[in-house]
Amino acid sequence: MSVQAAPDRGPITTQDGIPLKVSLARALRREKLRALLLIAPLLLFVVFSFVIPIADMMLRSVDNALVPETLPRTTEALATWDPESGNLPDEPVFAALHADLLVAVEEKTHTRLGTRLNYENSGMSSLFRSTGRKVERMDEGQYTAQFIDAHKDWGNLETWRVIKRFSGNITPGYFLNAVDAERTSEGLRMKPDNERIYLFLFGRTFYLSMVITVSCLLLGYPVAYLLANLPLRHSNLLMILVLLPFWTSLLVRTSAWKVLLQQYGVINDFLVFIGVVDEAGRLVMINNQTGTIIAMTHILLPFMILPLYSVMKTISPSYVRAAKSLGATDWTAFWKIYFPQSVPGIGAGAVLVFILAIGYYITPELVGGTDGVFISNRIAYHVSSSLNWGLAAALGVILLGAVLILFYVYDKIVGIDNVKLG
Amino acid sequence: MKLRKTLLGTAACAMLAFPTYNAVSEELPACDGCANSMTIVSWGGAYSASQNNAYHKPYMELTGINVVNDESSAEAVAKLRAMNEANNITWDLVDVVAADAIRLCDEGLAEVIDPDTDLAAAPDGTPASEDFGEMLVSECYIPQIVYSTTFGYRTNVAEWGGKTPTDICAVFDTENFPGKRSLEKRPINNVEWALLCDGVPKDEVYDVLATPEGVDRALAKLDTIKSDVIWWSAGAETPQLLADGEIVMGSTYNGRLFSVIEEQKQPVAMLWDAQVFDLDGWIVPAGLPEDRKKRVMHYLRFATDTQRLADQAKYISYGPARQSSAPLVGKHATLGIDMAPHMPTDPNNAKNTFLYNYEFWADYRDDIDAKFQAWLAK
Repeated sequence: MSVQAAPDRGPITTQDGIPLKVSLARALRREKLRALLLIAPLLLFVVFSFVIPIADMMLRSVDNALVPETLPRTTEALATWDPESGNLPDEPVFAALHADLLVAVEEKTHTRLGTRLNYENSGMSSLFRSTGRKVERMDEGQYTAQFIDAHKDWGNLETWRVIKRFSGNITPGYFLNAVDAERTSEGLRMKPDNERIYLFLFGRTFYLSMVITVSCLLLGYPVAYLLANLPLRHSNLLMILVLLPFWTSLLVRTSAWKVLLQQYGVINDFLVFIGVVDEAGRLVMINNQTGTIIAMTHILLPFMILPLYSVMKTISPSYVRAAKSLGATDWTAFWKIYFPQSVPGIGAGAVLVFILAIGYYITPELVGGTDGVFISNRIAYHVSSSLNWGLAAALGVILLGAVLILFYVYDKIVGIDNVKLG
Repeated sequence: MKLRKTLLGTAACAMLAFPTYNAVSEELPACDGCANSMTIVSWGGAYSASQNNAYHKPYMELTGINVVNDESSAEAVAKLRAMNEANNITWDLVDVVAADAIRLCDEGLAEVIDPDTDLAAAPDGTPASEDFGEMLVSECYIPQIVYSTTFGYRTNVAEWGGKTPTDICAVFDTENFPGKRSLEKRPINNVEWALLCDGVPKDEVYDVLATPEGVDRALAKLDTIKSDVIWWSAGAETPQLLADGEIVMGSTYNGRLFSVIEEQKQPVAMLWDAQVFDLDGWIVPAGLPEDRKKRVMHYLRFATDTQRLADQAKYISYGPARQSSAPLVGKHATLGIDMAPHMPTDPNNAKNTFLYNYEFWADYRDDIDAKFQAWLAK
């Protein structure tokens, strides 16, 4: 009776008269809010320690505010100067430079500016440092002559072209540098052959990372298979052997490889002892690409074995048995039945190893010599040594972009759903 | 009245005997309103130990304050910049090489220090600015020691047939001196040595290097030994490689070679020819709170005086940066050998030397480094 009458009483309500829809939405919102509160600490942590720093670093790769902020009057006065005219800027520009530098010297920012512009044109650093010492003693008027007298480079057109080219708040300069290009007065062009390095290093980083990923897979697959299929008491021991190096310090493992691989190291001494190679023919296995590949394959191997193992563990042995009972050979049973089921593990392990490898820095630095270093070694150099954080940021952004593109390609070919960690 | 004076005198004696925070000795005035702890950043290892023995321990004994050691000098420039941007400077005093000090000073990350008002004069009254002389390469920088980058070679290489290297060009002479050598993985020093051995007179080296052709010339010279070189990036690598027999000669800091030769008794000798002098010293981070800055300046006056700089040479074979310290250099604290002949500045060792050209490298480092790295990668 009441069921039939319900439509006549309008929308369904709860006991206290609120429409059911509203009440339900409210309850759901409360649930969501509660869930959000639960993950809030993690979310905030990720935002503050991951998203903001990365965004900040990305901004640095184009940030050029230092130049217009230090030389506000000069950059404004330079706006009307034609760099192709072949003439030096007029006296008002030099007067503006004088006014700007007086403030800059007071705040000690002129040397920072010199360092910044020195990335683009060698000699700017000492130009600003030495001019800064003299600028306070300059008389009023005749600034052009006084500046050229203070440092002859102020009479050089290239100096002014560089300042004008980098007078904006944003610059593509760091990115151009990061792909071995430069903007000159004649326009965009690649750097001379003997200064190109970054594209080459990007290429090598990706190539070596792939070699390392493939060798991890070749070595790790049989181990993971054994781990998943041996009786428990053997596989436990094997598991410990896999995990033991994982718990050892990275530096210790890298140094151990040095001891083993060097020309007067354990392996070479043994080979000479058994007469495989003679004294003069000792193998060069470290301080080159071979060293990087061997040491990094060893270091990253657990990251391949563990996902493989956890996927293989879930593959039921009955499928292979069924295949064999239907007449498949061992190889066919493995290749047609077992292997396809282990692909998600390969995907996860390969992505993990590859991503870790392209960002690796300390192992290539220690065992890579000259032809086994990665792009991350140059990034580290620019962060900690040359202080060219803009260039380091640009290189980092390119690396990040390249990884995202590779991820996209991987998703198209293999499918990201086809990756399993267990 | 008399009793009162006696009591006061006793109290003063007690203060001297049991140093409190404000306790003083004759040479060390009290430090009012100073922080009671300071963080000093240095390189670690034997070098930090020598500073600890020569500076920190005596200072802690005299004042009773606490010195915290941090071994981050290798990343000091980047970390100071990050601290400055975050506006949270946790270091009070930082040990850096001169090139880094100039960089930090340029960036406004280091405090300007006036040697004559902030530092102690020499015992004979010579003002600090004169005593340090041309070692004061930056207005923010107080050098402690002169070190040199030079070569060590193994003395028992059979292939050399009894010959020993006498000058720097032996490094480029793989015919007479075959075997691997180690060089630092950066252009600084290497390109200078290359040009010297390519026939460029010493006083023209930097003029030549300032031109693109000069850089090419230096790299071409280095190219002749490229396949024989192991490149190092940490100062400890060359001594290790020498001791292992991996290389027959290699460049590193003279103090590292001293410990290989004198402390570990390895068959290694020094090739002082064309050694490159460089400095190591203190900078004070810019923007310290008042009490911490006072403490640092108080410490700095003590730790950079003539006696203290001479004391450091008892523990490590680096030359004191003050002229007045040189005559006070004595014997090694544990080995008991005379340290003066092991100083890079000793006249016998310093017959042919180079002083790191800071101005040049501040300008050209980025440029030449790019070319050097590109050459290295090929």
